[in-house]
Amino acid sequence: MTEHGMRGQGLSGQRRLIIKIAAGGALVALLALLPLLNISIPGVFPGPTYTPGTLQLLAYAMLIAALALSYHLLFGLAGMLSFGHALFFAAGAYGLGIVLRRFSPDWLSPGATFLVAVVITVVLGFVLAAVVGSLSLRVTGISFAMVTLAFAQAGSVVVRRNPEGLTGGEEGLSLDVTNVPSFFVGVLNTRNLYWLALGVLVVVYLVVLWVERSRAGHVVAATRENDLRVRVIGIRPYGVRLLVFSIAGALAALAGAAFLLLQSGVSPRVATPDFTLTLLVIVVLGGVGLRWGAVLGAVVYTLLDQRLTALAGSDLIAGLPDVLRIPLSQPLFLLGTLFILVVLFLPGGLAGLAKLGEHRTPRGPRRARTIAAEGTTR
Amino acid sequence: MSTLVLLLVTGLGLGALYFLVASGLSLIYGLMGVLNFAHGSFLTVGAFIGWEVSRRLSDGSWWALVAAMLVGALVGALAAAATEFFLIRRLYNRHIEQVLVTVGLALATVALFEGIWGTDPTYVTSPAWLAQTTEILGARIPNNRFLLIALAVLVLVTIVGFLRFTRYGLIIRAGVENRTMVTALGIDVRRAFTVVFAIGGAAAGLGGVLASIYYGYVSAHIGSSLLIFAFIVTVIGGLGSLGGAAIASVLVAVLQQFANFYLGGTGDLAVVLALAAVLLVRPRGLLGAKGSTA
Amino acid sequence: MTDPIRTESPRTESIRTEPARTEPILRVRNLYGRIAGQQVVEDVSFDVPGTGVTALLGRNGVGKTSTIRSILGLIERTGEVTFAGSRVDRLPTHRIVQRGVGYVPEDREVFAKLTVTENLRLAERDAHPNRALVEALFPDLVQRRAQLAGTLSGGQQQMVSLARALLNTNRLLLVDEPTKGLSPKIVGEVTEALLAAAATVPILLVEQNLQVIRRLADRVVVLSGGRVVFTGDAADLLDDPELIQRYLGVHSGADPADTTTDAAVPA
Ligand SMILES: Nc1ncnc2c1ncn2[C@@H]1O[C@H](COP(=O)(O)OP(=O)(O)OP(=O)(O)O)[C@@H](O)[C@H]1O
Ligand SMILES: [Mg+2]
Repeated sequence: MTEHGMRGQGLSGQRRLIIKIAAGGALVALLALLPLLNISIPGVFPGPTYTPGTLQLLAYAMLIAALALSYHLLFGLAGMLSFGHALFFAAGAYGLGIVLRRFSPDWLSPGATFLVAVVITVVLGFVLAAVVGSLSLRVTGISFAMVTLAFAQAGSVVVRRNPEGLTGGEEGLSLDVTNVPSFFVGVLNTRNLYWLALGVLVVVYLVVLWVERSRAGHVVAATRENDLRVRVIGIRPYGVRLLVFSIAGALAALAGAAFLLLQSGVSPRVATPDFTLTLLVIVVLGGVGLRWGAVLGAVVYTLLDQRLTALAGSDLIAGLPDVLRIPLSQPLFLLGTLFILVVLFLPGGLAGLAKLGEHRTPRGPRRARTIAAEGTTR
Repeated sequence: MSTLVLLLVTGLGLGALYFLVASGLSLIYGLMGVLNFAHGSFLTVGAFIGWEVSRRLSDGSWWALVAAMLVGALVGALAAAATEFFLIRRLYNRHIEQVLVTVGLALATVALFEGIWGTDPTYVTSPAWLAQTTEILGARIPNNRFLLIALAVLVLVTIVGFLRFTRYGLIIRAGVENRTMVTALGIDVRRAFTVVFAIGGAAAGLGGVLASIYYGYVSAHIGSSLLIFAFIVTVIGGLGSLGGAAIASVLVAVLQQFANFYLGGTGDLAVVLALAAVLLVRPRGLLGAKGSTA
Repeated sequence: MTDPIRTESPRTESIRTEPARTEPILRVRNLYGRIAGQQVVEDVSFDVPGTGVTALLGRNGVGKTSTIRSILGLIERTGEVTFAGSRVDRLPTHRIVQRGVGYVPEDREVFAKLTVTENLRLAERDAHPNRALVEALFPDLVQRRAQLAGTLSGGQQQMVSLARALLNTNRLLLVDEPTKGLSPKIVGEVTEALLAAAATVPILLVEQNLQVIRRLADRVVVLSGGRVVFTGDAADLLDDPELIQRYLGVHSGADPADTTTDAAVPA
């Protein structure tokens, strides 16, 4: 909408676009080279960039970033406050895990079996999201939030219940490597998994970009601002919303599938509503409504979480009196508090902070507010 | 027959818990449009502190239980009022941000509870009578169910009475309908917000003490797990409707008990299916106002 | 000043105050109002004198309701609003109202699920609200005091809405289309009630019915395109069919196509 209108204005718009593409390409190239370099940032990474520990952490951050991007489609673009998005990530991780265990036909080579399994998983994510979305989107605003939460909770219950021994219950599910290409297996191949995660992030980014620029993307962004205006021109918002919801679900499933490979397994934690709350925290932390805000938020959150957890276990903390030790030894307490502070005092998130220098008005808060308007008219 | 009675009464007891959480959620949503994710934390903190006090007084006596319930309700009310005053109010009319703040608060407080009281459940001791059973129509029913049901009814009656017969009640009822017009009559509706949060917090805090009798323990997650069902209850009952919340609490809990018993422990799923069914047939919930599907 | 001030190009000429009269009860200067980011009131300036009825006129959708709501702080606004000598444009709605403003909104906005009595109780601000006056003006409401306001007829709801404003001792009434959708008889009753009220309190009145305007208004303020295009004595506008046609888009009353009914208002 206006975003694109503004960007397209004048010559400088064109030039800025080229600069953006070049910068993006350079960043991806740099990230791709990282495993070959020896860069140490003490306090941020656990070791030099070529070590499996650091690569694992970075790959994890990139997959969370991909997931956050898919969530951005819902919340940032379409203004749908879903509390059930983790369901589709879990569907991707568990889905691939289960398909790899149960689907191993003789007439397919292991490599082909693996690819087919991934495709099945992503399609599964799409279909599941379409089913959940078709019901939840019957309501809007706050009810929608609650209903998606309920579905996520149901998913979480199913996973823990371990139906037919499919999900492994509380133990979780480990990766069956029979049909997984060997270059994706084992700690020694973390580097390949890192590249896989980077690939997934780039793919998800491009799909999100494409959706945002598509007609459906424009319509759904318009429904966020003003439902009525879209109805007036003869489009039922339900359909486009459902489409975007399903695409976001498929992307989340893709990230989940890569997550299974990276962690060589999956635990029921990723199916909990709490995990979706984490996603929400990430997107808001980064800056609602901005693609790279979601990415930034995911990276900052993951690194912070990791560092704070390390801090919690340190001797420094153990020596403190209770009033300080207890809160400081709970990473989620600190992250939750940080989140509250961001919402209260930094409505545009981290990206908004960066934008503040550029423009007068950060876009984040206004967006969030117009979303809210939907639920309040009485 | 006896199984049926047992399931029914147990369902009513669980429904009482749901109602204690859902009543506050529904009132808060109805008046302010805020979906309060921190409501479970009011419940948990009420339960923890209530039992801390009770344990220091005496273990397992009736008056220690009464003290626990009073303290629980008070702590819940204070926590809720403080939340409204320091966090929600700053984001007046920005509903999404208000939800986000309560999400942050829920995450932070649950972590804090884990830090203070540990991740393992803390078992509670209540009067011996509550652990015994009474026979009704051949069913041996745990006595604590009766306490739960009686207190939930008491809370319902108190809230209804408050809404009906006090000036604040009048303001709240009017505000649920048309908040703008209430301010246009010269009334500072924000004070009613604090009151509503406090009432909801008190019910939740009391619910926390009762939930720990029902389950036999307190844990940092007791509130958040009940909260999800309370959300479902408020949607099924109709957002903002106290009566709807009461009816839906009982329906959901009884359904859950029956499905758990007769359909191989599928109670949680049955509840979500019921939610889906209600959404398909009647998106605004059982007693929801017309047009309030948002 | 007998000449109406015509500000055809509103930016060029600001509103001149009238030195002969007393301080206005309400002074509005450069008021802007916005709904959902959309400008609905644009640079509006006018005065409401301390006595009599000032009518705020203009075609549908021109921003009359929005102007009133901006004055009350019910929508996002900027500009200067001075009420009884002090600025109120930064105060929250309830504080403005507490200073002595009675508001009768467009479409009544009674609380449908409260009884008539409850609606009135809620509106009582004063220690000694004037229940006797309201009961005398609207005897119908006394009979129906236990009825839910949502089940009242449109006319009865309008009486509840008016009664809410008349219960308290106010220094200004803001009344938005009190006769909208009412039968001629009720229009007459509402008009008389407002006329009685106008004896003690100044009123800013939005109204479409020309006969009602003729009966009540002392002065008029006309909005067009979100701005003030005319202010002056009511007679100056109402006696000039050409002006009425231009500003309000209606004929002065003789035309059969005119929806405003002469018979409605007792002379
Ligand atoms: N909630 C809203 N959202 C968007 N636009 C609005 C809203 N309320 C009013 N408007 C717009 O603001 C403008 C002014 O409306 P307003 O109600 O003030 O007009 P009015 O002069 O009172 O009209 P009428 O004589 O029909 O009552 C209109 O163009 C209207 O469409
Ligand atoms: Mg109007």
